[in-house]
Amino acid sequence: MLRYTLTRLLQGVITIWFIATATFVAMHAVPGDPLSGAKAMTTDMRHNLEVKYGLDKPVGQQYLIYMNNLAHGDLGISFTQKNRSVNDIIREHFPVSAALGILAIVFAALGGILFGALTALYRNKWPDTVIMLMVILGISVPSFVFAAFAQLAVVKLNSAFGISLLPVAGWGTVKHMILPALVLGLGTMAYLTRLMRSSMLEIVNADFIRTAKAKGLPATRIFTRHQLRNAILPVITVLGPAIAAITTGSFVVELVFAIPGLGRYFVQAVQQLDYTVIMGTTVFFGAFLVLMVIIVDLLYGLIDPRVRVN
Amino acid sequence: MRGVRARQRWIRTPGQQLFALMLLAVLVLGLVVAGLSWVSGRSDVVGGVDPRTGTVTLSLADEPPQLDSSMTADQISSFILGHVEEGLLRFDQNNHLAPGVAERWEIGATGATFWLRDTAKWSDGQPVTAHDFVFAWRNAVDPKSASEYANIMFGIKNAEAISAGKLPITALGVQAVNDRELRVEFAYPVPYFAQLTAFNVFYPIREDFYRATGGRYASSADTLLYNGPFRMTLWVHGAHIRLEKNPHYWDRDQISLNVLDFPYFTSDPSARINLFRDGKIAMTEIGQENLEEAQLQGWKINSFMDGSLFYVEFNHRPGRLTRNRNLRKAIQYALDPAELVNRVIKIPGYLPGRSLFPMWLDGVHGKFRAEYPVEEITPDPAKARHYLDLAKKELGLTVLPPLILLTGDTTLAQKEAEYYQETLRRTLGLEVRIDNQIFKQRLAKMLAGDFDMVSAGWGPDYSDPLTFGDLFTSDNGNNRGEYRNPALDRLVQIARTSTDPRTRMDAFGKIQQIIVDDAVIVSGYERARLYVIDPVVTGMVRRVTGPDPDWTRARITSAVSR
Repeated sequence: MLRYTLTRLLQGVITIWFIATATFVAMHAVPGDPLSGAKAMTTDMRHNLEVKYGLDKPVGQQYLIYMNNLAHGDLGISFTQKNRSVNDIIREHFPVSAALGILAIVFAALGGILFGALTALYRNKWPDTVIMLMVILGISVPSFVFAAFAQLAVVKLNSAFGISLLPVAGWGTVKHMILPALVLGLGTMAYLTRLMRSSMLEIVNADFIRTAKAKGLPATRIFTRHQLRNAILPVITVLGPAIAAITTGSFVVELVFAIPGLGRYFVQAVQQLDYTVIMGTTVFFGAFLVLMVIIVDLLYGLIDPRVRVN
Repeated sequence: MRGVRARQRWIRTPGQQLFALMLLAVLVLGLVVAGLSWVSGRSDVVGGVDPRTGTVTLSLADEPPQLDSSMTADQISSFILGHVEEGLLRFDQNNHLAPGVAERWEIGATGATFWLRDTAKWSDGQPVTAHDFVFAWRNAVDPKSASEYANIMFGIKNAEAISAGKLPITALGVQAVNDRELRVEFAYPVPYFAQLTAFNVFYPIREDFYRATGGRYASSADTLLYNGPFRMTLWVHGAHIRLEKNPHYWDRDQISLNVLDFPYFTSDPSARINLFRDGKIAMTEIGQENLEEAQLQGWKINSFMDGSLFYVEFNHRPGRLTRNRNLRKAIQYALDPAELVNRVIKIPGYLPGRSLFPMWLDGVHGKFRAEYPVEEITPDPAKARHYLDLAKKELGLTVLPPLILLTGDTTLAQKEAEYYQETLRRTLGLEVRIDNQIFKQRLAKMLAGDFDMVSAGWGPDYSDPLTFGDLFTSDNGNNRGEYRNPALDRLVQIARTSTDPRTRMDAFGKIQQIIVDDAVIVSGYERARLYVIDPVVTGMVRRVTGPDPDWTRARITSAVSR
């Protein structure tokens, strides 16, 4: 088990190195210049800036310097957020995205598993039809539409009741989290519902269910112990990457609800060619994703004895 | 089996069991929420206007990227800095220059002297001295700090050489005669120097405090020192900024608001409209996309000309078709700024662009444009086609290849580009290809000269016609079309160095004529900003130059909010 874990971790490090290198190359290949601003600069001023950010050196040397710093955990200073290190940006903004993401993922997972089980249980009856219709909506409608609608609905509700039921935007209290978390989790919940439904239906006809029925086990016991537990496996598989994706922030949801999460920095950095922030957030996101996948693989062993590694 | 049967007494079917699980899920969700609330803490954000505490709450489009005043180059940072810092001079409620830290000043052809008031204090109670200005200004031209606005200092003696690393920063032509007297030497006459001192790069910075922050100056609320009407008491990065009245500010009796709160950072216009509708913020800008909604709400929509000019700039580099004057004249006579503003943009307040110099600029006694009326180009398809024929003859072409129009990625930029494309096709049979690019890539293409025409714009740095007048000189890096005209260069040199207002304005009048005659650019429009504001707040000032909007001397007039 330990050996397996270590191998996986080593593979993870190689993956991250690959991500970092690919990002570095792609970033420098994109046309545009991170130092350019709306106002023109003299060649002297430009040179001063290049020296400050180390861009005066050849790209190969820049790469080596970056990798060396990365190995020491130093992600550099942002080009656009002056005097702020990328480490600080991640340290301050990742917890915000993570808190929001955890709430969203709990909401998505609970909802997805339960609704999925419900639709499978009442296959082709009205709960199934209604829920599957919502699922199609949830998957196909992009989150910025949900975000805008949810926000408008809260404005209307607040003005109808004359009190502030939920905040329209902002960050600070749990009340601020509820609406964005719902919006953020909706897509994943819809996806998980569909996954759970098909996996439940697959298992209904499995041999071990028939055996359980033949043994005369009560329906409820078959449902929870055999059907649910087995059907959850594929859901757990996608949950790992989904957690990584949701907790590292969503640009749209953070923008609409004025949330100081990491997602905004990630997208803005790309738009502004903020080299260090692009590298920092990509490597961080990559590392997080790799870690989640490893955790899920290990978790698999706990849930399903068949895939346990010695 | 007994245990199973016992459980079955209250859960009979899988459906009921699922229902029980759902209840459990809601419980778990509740626990998670409670847990998160314990982690996240509380915030005390109030409504848009709170007369009880004297608080006005607003939103910011983004986090201020740079609050070191000697380095700031962006609008959000200079907006915040304008509320917490003060230069030698400032702009008053009528947008006129007024004494700031300096109580009087003299500006001559070779230099300037400022006398500082005794009562000007930093937020830690220490006096603001002439040395604080010397330190800040040296910092701005120091090649090591690589300030993007260093060139605004180049009117000061040796500033340019220092920025190029040829002289030490101590050679800068600014000197503290004593704590209360600051003397400046010019490199050339700077008639608009008084205005520059109100600009953020000219704000003071205290050296001992700056050094004590160990390279982290202005990266948080407590690594910045304040000498303006407000001081920053809270800065949660990306989330929340709070400014409170500065008890040490010399003119504190004129400051009515106690708190300016910014708990929302979002650039999403509809999110801001929703916040305003919900009474959470006291003011918001209105864009084209939500103008209709604002009108439906019955809000009073205010309009403000922000002083910037937008235009089509031609590529004058050798080998480009648009280097041909007759082709440019053809395009100039085909396009109609009035149609662009009234039919395409359709935002009230926008003015058709006629000249390089916007309407708001001052001339000798009155407005520049009244004293030096521009020759208006009336759109004339026949004339346009005539010029096109001439151009074709000169270029030796019967059919012109497609022209590339470089533009931004906003909805407005797209609409504008489509208008140009369609008009030129209809009137002249020219094919125009639109090249949409994000900001940085558009800049890169502009610098590389990878365009025939580009939708460009310019906002003023200071309120003198020179801020527009020198845009197309050979030595200006913002002259992305690389227009070269020795006659124009000479006129700009006169405007830069003369101290006689009449001579300078005559020069600008001639520059205005050259831009039209030679079709260096085709003016599009002068931009307006629309906004709504809670009517109980008065005294907020919009500014063309300087921190905008300015809330420093705003007050809450009535106890009833909306």
